[in-house]
Amino acid sequence: MLTRRLSLFATLALSLLLVSGVQAADTVRLATTTSTYNSGLLDYLLPKFEEDHPYQIQVIPVGTGKALRLGRDGDVDLVLTHAPAAEKAFVDADYGVEPHGVMYNDFVIVGPSDDPAGIDGGDDATSAFAAVADQGATFISRGDDSGTDKKEKHLWAEAGVTPDFEGFRAAGQGMGEVLKMASELQGYTLTDRGTWLAMKDKLDLEIMVEGDTALFNPYQVILVNPERYDGLNTQGARALAEWLISDEGQDLIDAFRLNDKALFHASAGEKVDPTSAVHESD
Amino acid sequence: MHELMNTAREALHLLVSLDPALWEIIGVSFRVSLTAILVALPPSLLIALLLARVAFPGRWFAISLVNTFMAVPTVVVGLVLFMLLSRSGPLGELRLLFTQRAMILGQILLAMPVLTAMLHSTLQSIDQRAWETARQLGAGWWQSLWVLIREARFGVIAAVLAAFGRIIAEVGSAVMIGGNIEHFTRTITTAIALETLKGEFAQGLALGLVLLLLALVLNVLLGVMRGRGHQTVSV
Repeated sequence: MLTRRLSLFATLALSLLLVSGVQAADTVRLATTTSTYNSGLLDYLLPKFEEDHPYQIQVIPVGTGKALRLGRDGDVDLVLTHAPAAEKAFVDADYGVEPHGVMYNDFVIVGPSDDPAGIDGGDDATSAFAAVADQGATFISRGDDSGTDKKEKHLWAEAGVTPDFEGFRAAGQGMGEVLKMASELQGYTLTDRGTWLAMKDKLDLEIMVEGDTALFNPYQVILVNPERYDGLNTQGARALAEWLISDEGQDLIDAFRLNDKALFHASAGEKVDPTSAVHESD
Repeated sequence: MHELMNTAREALHLLVSLDPALWEIIGVSFRVSLTAILVALPPSLLIALLLARVAFPGRWFAISLVNTFMAVPTVVVGLVLFMLLSRSGPLGELRLLFTQRAMILGQILLAMPVLTAMLHSTLQSIDQRAWETARQLGAGWWQSLWVLIREARFGVIAAVLAAFGRIIAEVGSAVMIGGNIEHFTRTITTAIALETLKGEFAQGLALGLVLLLLALVLNVLLGVMRGRGHQTVSV
């Protein structure tokens, strides 16, 4: 009974500490994309890290644009994002240090089963985008400057299309909201496979195009430059980054399953090249 | 601090340079909210009149109900409308979800309780004799109604201003049933939420300034009305 009360008190005290915004020395703040968070990958990885390390990770799931901005402003200790060109600029400007490739996942193009643009079963993302624009079909765009949005903009540029055709809608919302909107309006959209797998049972949509190398999506972990701000937990951030690219972290990433499907492919050691498979248009 | 000043300067520049993207968003906000107020006003006025002038069984309960609806969170209105208007919902055939009409519908639902409650208290506080005198002087029902509304005009304007302030500043239902679609359903509030997510604060701040300015104007107008109509309300 007493232990119960004590633990209740401890929980209360801890939550008070958290809401009051006091950053304890053992807390590490990680800004990452909604794709790693919503897919459940971090909920699966981080407890295993916390078991063996004296750090507690606070995850802030936002779009890649905002994640890098949080890093630039020193509001987090490290970032885990997927936008190679923006990440390169982030490191080149000395906002971030020690970038490491961690893993890949991929994007898929989904759409309504009646497929007005006739792109179902294709394996060329660029020509599928061109066909959607040609037909003026409904296409829901993230339009929120996220990694997925940057990817989409790049694909429009590759297809030689200015995305202002009849059915183009820029939603400016997260992947889940955009998928829901695509389902409601029976339109196409570009989504990361993780969010798609997590939500597809609730959606009236099908996979149209997958497997194109242009749809691959590399993630990097980058520490926020400790020379720019005092009070960053760089030690904890480095411990997490090194664990993610260690054999243990990499094996766990490969073993992660969502609806029995592998989602992320560990790729530490492979160089992330901003001009390779995944380019950015901005 | 330096960053903050830069953002503020950029925001002011966007406003004074009449940035078209910014003003398009402001236009959508005003079109949606003004339409909602205009549609919501007549039924609210009628309900308020009924509540203030007609003694029917359960009137106290109806008044409590109106006051309760005032406290319904905007996201709950958004959720209920989303379920109704979704393709899988009962009104899905109308294809209204993610359109300005759907947003107007949501804002009507949000504005009506505020309008009704404030109009009710205004109409109640008006001298009973205004109506009776009009009737005795031979005015018909509609004419007497007009006399009553004229008598209550400052209260009516105050109610409209307060309700307008509530719906143009709400974000919950606007983003859920409007969808924040660029050029179509992106409003001041949903755009602010988006710009923050993108980590681009200048446009968000500029739009925030517009809302602040609007709140100031509405409150000054309310103050004027209060002085003339003895109303005590604020946005």
